[in-house]
Amino acid sequence: MTELLAYAAARYNYWVYILLMLIGFYAMVAHGNLLKKVIGMNIFQTAIILFFLSTSAKRGGTLPIVGPEALAGGVAPAQLMNPLPHALMLTAIVVMVATLGVALAVLVKIYRRYRSFEEDVILDRL
Amino acid sequence: MLLDHLPPLLPVVPLLAALLLPPVGAVRRGLVHPLAAGAGAATAILALLALRRVLAEGVIHYHVGGWEPPWGIELVLDYLSAFTAVAVSGVGALALLYAGPAAGAEVRGREASFFGLALLLLASLLGMIVTGDLFNLFVFLEVASISSYALVATGDGRAPLAAFRYIVLGTVGASLYLLGVGHLYLMTGTLNMADLADRLPALASSRVLAVAVGFLVIGLGIKMGLFPLHGWLPDAYTYAPPAVTALIAPIATKAAAYALARILFSVLGVHRALTEVPLMTLLAWAGAVAIVAGGVLAIRQNDLRRLLAYSSVSQMGYIVLGIGLANRPALIGAYLHILNHAMMKGCLFFAAGAAAARLGGPALADLRWMHRRMPLTTACVIVAALSMIGVPPTGGFFSKWYLLVGAVEGGQPVLAGVILVGGLLAAVYMFRVLEHACLVRREEGDHGPAPPSGRSEASPGMLVPLLALGLGILAVGIWNAPIVSGVLRFAAPAGLR
Repeated sequence: MTELLAYAAARYNYWVYILLMLIGFYAMVAHGNLLKKVIGMNIFQTAIILFFLSTSAKRGGTLPIVGPEALAGGVAPAQLMNPLPHALMLTAIVVMVATLGVALAVLVKIYRRYRSFEEDVILDRL
Repeated sequence: MLLDHLPPLLPVVPLLAALLLPPVGAVRRGLVHPLAAGAGAATAILALLALRRVLAEGVIHYHVGGWEPPWGIELVLDYLSAFTAVAVSGVGALALLYAGPAAGAEVRGREASFFGLALLLLASLLGMIVTGDLFNLFVFLEVASISSYALVATGDGRAPLAAFRYIVLGTVGASLYLLGVGHLYLMTGTLNMADLADRLPALASSRVLAVAVGFLVIGLGIKMGLFPLHGWLPDAYTYAPPAVTALIAPIATKAAAYALARILFSVLGVHRALTEVPLMTLLAWAGAVAIVAGGVLAIRQNDLRRLLAYSSVSQMGYIVLGIGLANRPALIGAYLHILNHAMMKGCLFFAAGAAAARLGGPALADLRWMHRRMPLTTACVIVAALSMIGVPPTGGFFSKWYLLVGAVEGGQPVLAGVILVGGLLAAVYMFRVLEHACLVRREEGDHGPAPPSGRSEASPGMLVPLLALGLGILAVGIWNAPIVSGVLRFAAPAGLR
């Protein structure tokens, strides 16, 4: 039992991302308010970004920036954090912002027509 | 030499044109559509050149910025990607040509941004096709999706609601795909497809790999409208402006289907490594369920565009079924069906838009007297319907024939039966369309519209792409043997039965 707990605790970053993902998914499915669905969608995407970033973190690791002073003392690759997930997630954040922008623009269009964000009210006014 | 850069040119040409359109549109609005259609045609010609070069010289690898893979992004043009690029850019170019006269009041005054989005969609679909990098594929997938969301939302009425649903579901799909890519990256430390293919066989029994594959398949399944993940598709196709549906419906889901095949065979090497996972069997049966469910739902529809949307769900099932069977004839059938379905669905949605513009509405009942008023359009609908059902000599017959051979050779008589039943279901829903278009007569006590006296075909700008696709369906059927023996035979991965 303690072994299992230790196993789970050592990978707490995964539990956090799964929890966040489920929270986002719940908000997308359970809420009738379209704006809250968008917020849930955003939490869902953020969870995946956290997942990527947490995998590159390292206890006692340093930035993967190699300057002249580091070269003089020698570089220890094992000390460096993996920069690639950060680079990937910068791109993914841009994608996420673009999706959010289009979603909000579509919501404005919906609101102008139906004067509501509530799904059941909109369905009544179709 | 410019043609040495063919792989990046395929997405870059429509992308540059998309960026040029707003300033051009600000100066002269009349130039927007010719420029967009010209860029589409140029892309299609480049894709044909690429296919010719692949046939002559073999696979083209291109290292973006001179960075060697696996560190840099690699673009790959092989038989499958060059073939899919021709299919997508060819039908896409015709859809861009058609979109000019078909774009209605909802686009007026905003042509520059509308065609900019359309070209962005084409550019990103071609990017998905030529890339050899999983993360690059994610970015192009999302650019394609975001431009489709915006294009669907240009419609009036319920279109924004349909677009919203598409955004929410599409984002879940893309996020799951990204999660799958993340798992593969953590296992192997690489994102390059060829490099992954080298490293994954050693990890074939890993449970993480199974999870990653599950995320990838479900994510792409949402994007390609695979039943039961198709929830966004019928509304988006029905309520989007006709010009948008004519662009999105034939090509967007095909690029996702291509990505699925690419990942399963070129990255995971499913046919080699993952034989103990029942993934492919599951996919084949998911395709079979999609064929039947999409067909049955299509029969129940009274709106032409909605009927065609459910028919898309059914036809995507054929492609997934072929991928799932994973033997040579079935894959040839699936790849040929990517081209055939792009052409017949393009043809039918072009005709639906033309009919809605001339006959008044999207309902089946509005198609009355269509064969008298729009004989050429009706002829194209008949050709596309025969292809959908699978009647020779149309293209659809041959892709279904190869699928059927694949199912029999794979020892799956039930799946072979489903392919035949799918053809029957297609016959029922397409004959419903033809019945309304050609057969409904004036009876006594009928107060419907009188038989019209004159013809009123759609404008030449809409009719020419429609006829091109109608003839193309017949051409693919007649010349299917060189396509299969010259291109598709090499597109299936080596080492298959």
